[in-house]
Amino acid sequence: MQATSTLGQPEAPPPVKSRSFKRAFADVREAWDHRELWGHLGWQDIKQRYRRSVIGPLWITISMGTTALALGLLYSVLFETNVPTFLPYVTVGFIVWNFILGCITEGTDVFIANEGLIKHLPAPITVHVMRMVWRQVLFLAHNLVVYAVVLAIFFTALNHPYTITKGGIEHPGLSWTIVLAVPGFALLAVNAVWVALLFGVISTRFRDIPPVVTSFINLVFFMTPIVWDAGVLQRVTGGGDSNWRMLIAELNPVYHFVEVVRAPLLGHAVDWHHWAIVGGFTVIGWFAALVILRNYRARVSYWV
Amino acid sequence: MVSIDVWNASVDFPIFDAKSRSLKKLALGKVGGKIESEGRVPIIEALHDITLSIKDGDRVGLVGHNGAGKSTLLRLLAGIYEPTRGQSRIVGKVAPVFDLGVGMDPEISGYENIMIRGLFLGMSRKQMESRVDDIAQFTELGDYLQMPLRTYSTGMRVRLALGVVTSINPEILLLDEGIGAVDAAFMAKARDRLKSLVARSGLLVFANHSDEFLADFCDKAIWMDEGHVKMFGSLREVLTAYKGYDPFERMHPHEETPVLSGNGGE
Repeated sequence: MQATSTLGQPEAPPPVKSRSFKRAFADVREAWDHRELWGHLGWQDIKQRYRRSVIGPLWITISMGTTALALGLLYSVLFETNVPTFLPYVTVGFIVWNFILGCITEGTDVFIANEGLIKHLPAPITVHVMRMVWRQVLFLAHNLVVYAVVLAIFFTALNHPYTITKGGIEHPGLSWTIVLAVPGFALLAVNAVWVALLFGVISTRFRDIPPVVTSFINLVFFMTPIVWDAGVLQRVTGGGDSNWRMLIAELNPVYHFVEVVRAPLLGHAVDWHHWAIVGGFTVIGWFAALVILRNYRARVSYWV
Repeated sequence: MVSIDVWNASVDFPIFDAKSRSLKKLALGKVGGKIESEGRVPIIEALHDITLSIKDGDRVGLVGHNGAGKSTLLRLLAGIYEPTRGQSRIVGKVAPVFDLGVGMDPEISGYENIMIRGLFLGMSRKQMESRVDDIAQFTELGDYLQMPLRTYSTGMRVRLALGVVTSINPEILLLDEGIGAVDAAFMAKARDRLKSLVARSGLLVFANHSDEFLADFCDKAIWMDEGHVKMFGSLREVLTAYKGYDPFERMHPHEETPVLSGNGGE
């Protein structure tokens, strides 16, 4: 028995290819058009997580506050630094790190975790990434309360030139440069999207990636100047030509991402090379993510 | 103009077992090359060489045994699966109602569910807010809409999902078998909405086993068998070939009269 109907045969197939950059771009663009959707879902995620707790999302702020306080005090004792300048440094570093950490670890899991939605409702896959990044942005917004409190307490220590570690770089103190934190963070968020797209697609195919990432991410935390100051590296070398130690920080991309947001918030010297490197990563990373999206966008629903 | 066209489309699922899904195998596999046949990912060909054209106004029933590829075909038509070989083109706003309860957080309330489904289907928050009362009334769920989804029965979930898709004026409506879970009275109510939807401008593809539902909603049918389209034609022709007898003979003579009360058919 064959198709007997008159309506069975469509005309010639269209010349559109499934694997094209056009479709990859369209996915991202349509995801942007769906911003009400991921905006809503991101909020929903936060509300959901603290649904039956009494103080709700305030827990995010509290846990960040206690961690920053404990780490700040501990490390300022260990490094013999000045608490009023070191505590804000650790706090801001940790807030930014938490955003990066969330985007990377949840980014690897973003499609796997949304298997049900991917298989049941047609939507651009970037929607799930945007939802995750937006959720991280909201977490960060909760944590900014801690920054505001710390800033209020230690303002007098930060509004004039200071150094974090003895013999380190002298920072000019808080000034108008604080507004640079906004474009800095915007860049960071834009990068978070490609990271999650790239890692998300690859992890959906190769399920080893999420555990690999989770086990290495702690190492990255300790390698990045968050609870220690990059200036320490210079002090150890005592300047001179043995500046290769600075490479420990400089070769770590996360350092530059942290720095573009952290430096303005603390009134550190604006160092444009961080911006240049972050800009470079933005371009290269998005290109890589678009290539992956072009080739494997349609495969994600098969792989989850 | 609303349409779905599919050209020689196949849907192949790679089945990665724990080993082949890991990088180890890929990395080690490069070294030797002798375990090639073993290292290959087994593939399930869920749909094979499907060529279809569904135009607006079509109300197509989907029949076939379990595992014949009905749900996969619906997902292909929804654009969730893009064909691994061949091509597909979907023109129009798609609203699918598939396995209910899957994919949604069981802790969210009925209202939230309405909102999220609507947003997924391309509505704005404002548009959905203005429709919530209408959906609440249509689904007759009342105060239950404030309850978390996990407290819902299957029938209630179907009501909710049907309430959403019928209120947002979709152009392409894809319904999987789960719809059968609602009671006859609600089905009669939904039937009018669905019909008027399709009549306005749109098409419907409906997977079901019940002759009555099919006779009620559809005028054409696709018979799926082992991932192939075995037959595509008028509902009566296809059902007669599929079941081996003419189910319409046992029903009311006029297709248009509601036949939801009877239990004949199967």
